[in-house]
Amino acid sequence: MIAAIEPSWYLIVASLLFAIGAFGLLVRNNPLVMFMCIELMLNAANLTFVALATSLGDINGQTAVFFVLVVAAAEVVVGLGILVSILRRRPGATADDLAELKG
Amino acid sequence: MIGMISSLLAQADWSSPPIDWHAIAPELILVIGINVVLLIDLNLAESKKWMIATLTGIVMLLAFIPVVTLGLELDGVPRELFDGRYVIDEYALVLKALFLLVGYVVVLMSQNALEDGGYYQGEFYVLMLCSILGMVMMASSRDLISIFVALELLSIPGYMMAAWKKRSSVSNEAGVKYYLMGVFASGIMLFGMSYLYGATGTTALTGEEGLGALLTDGSLSGLEVIGIVFVLAGFAFKISAVPFHSWAPDTYEGAPTPVTAFFSVASKAAGFTALMTLVFLAFPNASDVYGPMLWVLAALTMTVGNVLALRQTNIVRMLAYSSISQGGFILMPLAYAGDVDAGGSALNAVVVYLLVYAFMNLGAFAVVIAVSRKTQSGEISSFGGLFNYAPGLAVAMTVFMASLAGIPPLGGWFAKFNAFKAVLDADTTSAYVLACIAAVNTVISAAYYFRVLRTVWVDDVPDGNTAPINPPSPIIAALGITVIGTIAVGVYPRLVAGFGNLSDLAGTVPLLG
Repeated sequence: MIAAIEPSWYLIVASLLFAIGAFGLLVRNNPLVMFMCIELMLNAANLTFVALATSLGDINGQTAVFFVLVVAAAEVVVGLGILVSILRRRPGATADDLAELKG
Repeated sequence: MIGMISSLLAQADWSSPPIDWHAIAPELILVIGINVVLLIDLNLAESKKWMIATLTGIVMLLAFIPVVTLGLELDGVPRELFDGRYVIDEYALVLKALFLLVGYVVVLMSQNALEDGGYYQGEFYVLMLCSILGMVMMASSRDLISIFVALELLSIPGYMMAAWKKRSSVSNEAGVKYYLMGVFASGIMLFGMSYLYGATGTTALTGEEGLGALLTDGSLSGLEVIGIVFVLAGFAFKISAVPFHSWAPDTYEGAPTPVTAFFSVASKAAGFTALMTLVFLAFPNASDVYGPMLWVLAALTMTVGNVLALRQTNIVRMLAYSSISQGGFILMPLAYAGDVDAGGSALNAVVVYLLVYAFMNLGAFAVVIAVSRKTQSGEISSFGGLFNYAPGLAVAMTVFMASLAGIPPLGGWFAKFNAFKAVLDADTTSAYVLACIAAVNTVISAAYYFRVLRTVWVDDVPDGNTAPINPPSPIIAALGITVIGTIAVGVYPRLVAGFGNLSDLAGTVPLLG
């Protein structure tokens, strides 16, 4: 007998994903990995929206996810564009290399 | 296919919601303008690209017309669209006008910078119009999702504009830092929004079933508290409040200077617009959560921004820290938004401060652009002896710096006065402590603003080159607008004091009635 999956399990998974994303963004210094961490954070929010929409029986949370997906796609396009223009000039640059500006 | 869609529509008994075309005319004009500018840019010879800037300016002025006609027609009754989730009231119109005006001045400022640098022009103005569209939408958004979409619409073009100097590694770095921090903030904010949605079952801010009615002190669940804190923290990044400010100085220094002016004024004002909407409409009864949080953010922001600004030698970096610290002053009244006595004057203070800050900060950047065209340097020392060879610019810089420092009778003084008044209206011990911190900070800030003025008026010209500066006419126009704005508000404060008296936004908050 398999126990039914409670809505709270989804929330726990989502908060774990969010924590991994936020932690990874702060400690990793490969820009591409940082992008992936950001995607984890956004998708954690998506999972929360969907799980809560299902448990509330409300459609609004699911529509919210569509907006987030589109926005996240636009963000990735822009982010990769900026990143490519950096890596063209300096192949293999890490976040620590991007330190010309400080003070 | 069409048959299937129409049968689906018949099944769902769907009819399109009534749309008030006049009310969304500013947004529509911007959308059409974006497409027109993009199409014309495609077919324009390289030598005629300068026309795009003019066209962009015209689009903004055209979008300004319905803002004015709406303002004349409104008469205190807000126009609600889409089930009350998109509202045009006086508050929204004042901020829309501000964003369009700031956009226009930034176009004036960027025209020559882009031409001289040989950067892409058409795409730049299209992105800027997109960003302005996001800001204009932000002023009317009354739903978590539309606030999120408006925020992204105004931020994503900004990431590209920060990295606009493609061949400069500094500009690339500015872009990537802004991008990573901005998206990180969106992620935090969105996660908070998902919790708010889950706890209340709605994304609307107002109405009987809206967040404003459901989030009340004392009965807040853990999810709701986390939601409020995360959403506010997300916007704290946007307005570069300490400790979420680390991206701001680097991005401001690395980005092209007109873009920096745009970020430090327009993006920041949009962030404050969202904060105001949220604090006054969504969380008015949750002041136990946001009050202390905004108090700490405001106190930290003005102090840290000021202390770091003191030791800067680069003028843009100094203005970056100065804008962080000004952000603290704008944030200060919001900490008392839920107070019965201070709520109304807090709204007034923030709106007035945003208007005045836009004029004086844009003006300061316009002077920096004009001077650095000649000196090719961003150091404060390069302003030495400016009065000897460019007295007009020196006087303009004096006006802006004195206004930022809060010297009467300039606009900055009236803005600061309003902010202090709002906080003191709250009449609690914490309010007096915050006012004292702000007063000390006003004095500290005067030190670095006056250091610039001493360089301008007293110091010698560093390289002995005293050839006069002839700023191009768009920059002169930008300077004219900002100087007049800064002085007019200070000399005749009633010009804007009425704008802050936004009865209809405050009227929707029972607490402030």
